[in-house]
Amino acid sequence: MKILIIIGIIILAPLVGGLLTGIDRVISARMQGRQGPPLLQPFYDVLKLTQKESMEVNTMHRFFVYISLIFAIFSTVIMVSGGDLLLAIFALTLGSIFFVLGGYASNSPYSMIGSERELLQIMAYEPMVLLTGIGLYYADNSFFVKDMIATTTPAIVYLPGIFLGLVFILAFKLRKSPFDLSMSHHGHQEIVKGITTEYSGRDLAVIEVTHWYEVIISLTLVYVFFATITPLSRILAVVACLFVYFFEIVIDNASARVKWQHALNSAWIVTGIFGSINLVLLSFFR
Amino acid sequence: MNAISVLILFPLLASIIIFLVRKDNLRNIIIRVCAIITAALTLIVVFLYFNGGIFYSYQNEEIINLLIAVVEVVIAVYVILAGLKNKKYLVSIFAAIQTPLMLWFEFTQKHGIEVQKDIIFDKLSAIMVLIIGVIGSLICVYAVGYMKSYHFHHEKYKDRKNFFFAVIFLFLSAMFGLVLSNNLMWIYFCWELTTFCSFLLIGYTKTKEAVNNSFHALVINLGGGLAFAVAIVLIGMNYKTLELSTLTSMKPEAMVLVPVFLLSIAALTKSAQLPFSSWLLGAMVAPTPSSALLHSATMVKAGVYLIIRLAPLLGNSSVGKIITLAGGISFLACSLMAISQSDGKKILAYSTLANLGLIIICASVGTQESLWAAILLVIFHSISKSLLFISVGSIEHQLGSRNVEDMDILMNVSRRLSLYMMIGIAGMFLAPFGMLISKWVAMKAFIDSKNILIVIILAYGSSATLFYWAKWMGKLVSNANAKGHIRHSFRLDEEIPIFILAVLVGVSCFGFPLISKYALVPYLYDLFGQKTLIPIGTSDVKIMLYMLSMLILLPISFIPIHKNDKRRLAPIYMGGGNTGSNKSFHGSIGVTRKVELRNWYMEGYFGVKKLTFWSNILVIGILGVGIVLLVGGLAG
Repeated sequence: MKILIIIGIIILAPLVGGLLTGIDRVISARMQGRQGPPLLQPFYDVLKLTQKESMEVNTMHRFFVYISLIFAIFSTVIMVSGGDLLLAIFALTLGSIFFVLGGYASNSPYSMIGSERELLQIMAYEPMVLLTGIGLYYADNSFFVKDMIATTTPAIVYLPGIFLGLVFILAFKLRKSPFDLSMSHHGHQEIVKGITTEYSGRDLAVIEVTHWYEVIISLTLVYVFFATITPLSRILAVVACLFVYFFEIVIDNASARVKWQHALNSAWIVTGIFGSINLVLLSFFR
Repeated sequence: MNAISVLILFPLLASIIIFLVRKDNLRNIIIRVCAIITAALTLIVVFLYFNGGIFYSYQNEEIINLLIAVVEVVIAVYVILAGLKNKKYLVSIFAAIQTPLMLWFEFTQKHGIEVQKDIIFDKLSAIMVLIIGVIGSLICVYAVGYMKSYHFHHEKYKDRKNFFFAVIFLFLSAMFGLVLSNNLMWIYFCWELTTFCSFLLIGYTKTKEAVNNSFHALVINLGGGLAFAVAIVLIGMNYKTLELSTLTSMKPEAMVLVPVFLLSIAALTKSAQLPFSSWLLGAMVAPTPSSALLHSATMVKAGVYLIIRLAPLLGNSSVGKIITLAGGISFLACSLMAISQSDGKKILAYSTLANLGLIIICASVGTQESLWAAILLVIFHSISKSLLFISVGSIEHQLGSRNVEDMDILMNVSRRLSLYMMIGIAGMFLAPFGMLISKWVAMKAFIDSKNILIVIILAYGSSATLFYWAKWMGKLVSNANAKGHIRHSFRLDEEIPIFILAVLVGVSCFGFPLISKYALVPYLYDLFGQKTLIPIGTSDVKIMLYMLSMLILLPISFIPIHKNDKRRLAPIYMGGGNTGSNKSFHGSIGVTRKVELRNWYMEGYFGVKKLTFWSNILVIGILGVGIVLLVGGLAG
């Protein structure tokens, strides 16, 4: 039974993630006054990529994206099956580090700058991700997702500040403007395609699928804030996830990419203000 | 004479023999044999006493005390004269105050104080002894090979290898004494002896910089020693005891907290925490084996060891809070400063400072969980950091540089060395490895004990840690596909210890549930008198072990695939300017330029000067508050 659930998560997560990416592209297009691609375009893209010939600059650098995918899957499974939230965050970080190392291993100027920026982004959002885990532990007395969504009061009641901080840094995780420094979904970027510059064919498809898993992980974090033991709250939590996702799309289309200094400053300051004050108040009253 | 006395005295004997043997080859053999015997003795002692533990006192304690006093006087005279000769008067002043103070106490005040447990061997001492004995002897073996290459590469330095190794073994002896003694006078003596060894080793090359840095280290550590001496006098005169175990079982009331605060200050100097950190950075001029042994794996651990011992008194007291904050600021500031460094050894030094800060936080918070994390951090940090240090030592000899930017060609020079390096770095910050397990538990412990500020500091500090390790790792993999192999020689003396340490990194990660079950949990049970469990759930431990196995197995499964894979290799994209070799590109006005890729250091953000200045002021302020509280009798 447990194995079936795990297999189910591994298959369903990228399907939902891909679908969300498709919706993202349609909505973005409508916002820009375009017709946009069909809803299933991300899947067509990945299918086409897998059939293309893979060209690479050396034989080693694709190794890193495969490991990155495996740890993204690992993290998704832990999180969605109700496991330890902090452990899932650590596994995800491990995956991100491998992705960055892939950029270094390409030994290409654009990939390398992409890697540096990606590392900077990780450094910028990581404190808030950790504080999110800690805040949820404070609110629900457990690091396990299954305990967090089995309470009677939703965590958002205790953690409004942390939730705002999380929404802020999700722009990094979902690779949205104004924080898409290292690699953007849109074609217009000064460092070509950052870490992905030297990847093609199946390897690029793997990176795309990894991103689908990451979308699911990001939205699961949002879900945990709203879900409680009642079925109604779970529906509400899904709606909240969709709303946050839509909000990030709006921000993406409404803002310009910032410099790295601004990205680091703003993320750390937002973390410091929303995350810390929320935690301090919570520890004071509980 | 029992096994413990042998363990303490054997390295001393080895030190004397090594000093006297002038022939290089003969001495190298003696060093290897002595290192192996030391390791064997360590294992024997741990095997004999691990389960039951042991405590005892010596019959002829008076004679030992007299001997110690004589050696103390000799060292003091040497230090005072050296200070005067090199115009480092503060050194002379410190030595001239503390030694007479201790002698006065020894011969006029000490009568009537009986020490019942000179030596205590419990689970914590066992762990420390294992670290010192095993890592110490591995580094001794490594140093044999390293010092050969060292004098080959640095002809201008006078060859004083017999002196170098004699001091290393003397240090091992002192270190064993330090962690096994329960008699505060003896701990103090060993404490000062390690300071003295460190001073001698930093000044090994006798260049102007080395001599200056060695005196700098000496003056700060003697300052700590002075605090230690005053603490002993206070404890002896007020409570008529000289036993560490008696002190730690007292109630944390204001009068006890004064000597505890002084001992903590001594610990902060030894573990090079802000504002005393500058000596450790200067100590990096010493030959690398001594940096690995003294300045990361063992000697600086003496400070945190003392704090771990004092934890019952620090837990809920204001002194504990102050030490926690001081450690927290050191952890955060040093993690940030490491980002701006490109010298490999400097990065390791800053990371050592940061991790010692983390251990101090864990120890001074003083709950069961946090002590669990503290001891585990000591173990993992010692193994990973000594591996990193000695690898960087060998890399420096292979590449002629220890700058991280130059390490992108390491893959062409030695694949194995880059692999060891990556294992060490992964051990320092990645998920299923030891340091992260301990950090995780530490985080949980801080939340449970409501230290929110520390939790936030940990969140920021860990992110900075991630940045500087990952970019170093990036440099190491950036030539992963290198073909042209540059010839090099890698001495077996150097490779065997590096290999063993790399294996130990993996073994300790797989074995941490066992370490917890058989060493940490019983120790904490004795200390707190209530049952503890391993702070991480079994399901999580299983997942961690899966992750670790995946990390070990995945690279292996990947290797054969690309051999018979029909993929097309393309040149790197350089905006159409690649000349075809991937190493140069067509610049403007037809010039061919070399491609150079550099990491980010972000001086403006993480520059050392500004950060050190402000964090020093902050820590001094915090310690000042501590003094005010204690003087006002408000602590408790």
